[in-house]
Amino acid sequence: MSTKTKTIISVLLIALLFGGVWLLEQTLPAGSIVLTVLKKGAIFSLIAVSLNLLNGFTGLFSLGHAGFMLVGAYTYAILTIPQESRAAVYQYYDGGIIDFSLPVPVALILAGVMAGVFAFLIGLPVLRLKSDYLAIASLGFAEIIRAIIQFDGFGPITNGSNVLRSFPVFHSVLFPFAVSGLCIAIICMLINSSYGRAFKAIRDDEIAAEAMGINLFMHKEMALVTSAFFAGIGGALLAMFQMVVQARAFTSAMTYEILLIVVIGGIGSVTGSIIASFLFIACSEWWLRFLDMQHYIGDFAVPLLRPGFRMVVFSVIIMFVVLFYRRGIMGNKEFSLDAIYNFITGKKRKPRKEA
Amino acid sequence: MDNLTYYIQQLLAGISVGGQYALIAIGYTMVYGILRLINFAHGDIFMMAGFFMVYASASLPLYMSIPLVLLLTVILGVSVEKIAYKPLRQAPRMSIMISAIGVSYLLQNFATYYTGGLPRPYPVIPFISETIVIGSVTTSWITLLTPVLTLALVIGLVFLIKHTKIGMAMRAVSHDFETAQLMGIKTNNVISMTFVIGSFLAAVGSILFFTKYPTVTPIIGAMPGLKAFVAAVFGGIGSVPGAVVGAFVIGICENIIKSLGYTTFSDAFTFVLLILVLLVRPSGLFGEKSTDKV
Repeated sequence: MSTKTKTIISVLLIALLFGGVWLLEQTLPAGSIVLTVLKKGAIFSLIAVSLNLLNGFTGLFSLGHAGFMLVGAYTYAILTIPQESRAAVYQYYDGGIIDFSLPVPVALILAGVMAGVFAFLIGLPVLRLKSDYLAIASLGFAEIIRAIIQFDGFGPITNGSNVLRSFPVFHSVLFPFAVSGLCIAIICMLINSSYGRAFKAIRDDEIAAEAMGINLFMHKEMALVTSAFFAGIGGALLAMFQMVVQARAFTSAMTYEILLIVVIGGIGSVTGSIIASFLFIACSEWWLRFLDMQHYIGDFAVPLLRPGFRMVVFSVIIMFVVLFYRRGIMGNKEFSLDAIYNFITGKKRKPRKEA
Repeated sequence: MDNLTYYIQQLLAGISVGGQYALIAIGYTMVYGILRLINFAHGDIFMMAGFFMVYASASLPLYMSIPLVLLLTVILGVSVEKIAYKPLRQAPRMSIMISAIGVSYLLQNFATYYTGGLPRPYPVIPFISETIVIGSVTTSWITLLTPVLTLALVIGLVFLIKHTKIGMAMRAVSHDFETAQLMGIKTNNVISMTFVIGSFLAAVGSILFFTKYPTVTPIIGAMPGLKAFVAAVFGGIGSVPGAVVGAFVIGICENIIKSLGYTTFSDAFTFVLLILVLLVRPSGLFGEKSTDKV
């Protein structure tokens, strides 16, 4: 296929996707579970891809993602709560000390920037560490951020350990699709640039990469800041989806869930992460829901089914993937039009240079 | 209340918490020393030991339920190793760490399912939870018993590592896994033994911890687990005395911070300490320096 046809098909496919989502939204009732899955899936896709940029493409095993999401979510919420609602939200802190509110797009970008700034500062000490220490130190930083935000002294800004609410939210499914899609496209461009090749070189062999003249610290710092920037935007989207945000929810368990999404999709595959996000959300919110309810076959009550069983089945499936299907859905390959085209036309695949 | 009395009480509480962390930290440090794995599921094994006690004591007298809890926890720890870590022995280290996270997720979800997500009251163990007054200081037996019991167990463990055959094998495997295997050491047995010891101590720690902490919840293992890991890093990962010293330092500091009124930061402090240690002396207090070979 020529590059031109590929571009045309890609544009068509994206238009088709957005058209399909729009159509679904028009036909389904407003509270439909499908729409919830689509919204949450789109948000988690962005977050998972941003984690994959670190874990899969740069080989930095970081567990601080919940912290960056928390910073993004709080920045967005704090900056966009309308002035007239501030008194009600900050009721324990005399309406807080911020008396302006920014438009949504500006606040979204600032959410990313704040997360990036935190990541930069965290990276200075943490990126010197080797793999497992890096994991535990970044996990620790996420906990520190959470403690700082819940600290009473910062209450006039962060509202302490109380919820933030009343900020502008989205109603259409198209919004998270558009924002996540744009961000993921930017991440893909970064991965395919010379910086992206440097990231992969660091992942494959740090010492060899350094010998080739790659500035290890600068590139690691760059991967971390970029990843945190998009995690921050993802966190802001998540806040919009939930309509309220509270620091207590952003625990290390959240990071683990995102990490498991990345693993299921395939470490080092952007499309894998996206597919896995939608699968993960669909399974946990929708397809496995029936496991939480009591069922009867005639008079016989099916054993084991009661609230919580869904998550047990779910974690067993995840353990199976981790143990026996370690490459995940996509391995480190990407969804590509060429492969599908060749598959349909029956052409032999050209041996592709694997990046 | 007198200021001095208050501080002594806080100090005693800190030492007691430190002893509990120490018992968990040993499991981390030994597993890391041998497998180079942060066993993220260790905190959840500690949590499961709490639930075993809740259910065992509901139908059995205390002298039977405590040994049963220790036994069940050891079985759980070893089976986690056999099922989730052993198949990945040749895999990259990241995979085995992810597997540990998966086990932790599974155990937490299972506990939530089994208990219905409700906190369960921990059984009262007579005698050790009774209060005792020494001079003007009021404390409970458990506070005094914990450090003593911890030290006794640690001395026993150090003796085991230094002077028995299995201990020698452990030191060999932790020094060089492959060479030890070539010398005829059954590394799988050594690894199982490590998990037996780690889980056993975590179970003892859990009995001591929950006696002061009235309820067990499915996510309770995460924080003590992480803190114990930090203690292990602080003391020099792979070193048993190091982990114990680290755990006492963290337990005492945490209680001092709490008594000064900064409860929000008592968890964060642990991680600040971790990062400081990693920056200043990555090998920890008693750790051996390791160099990366190309």
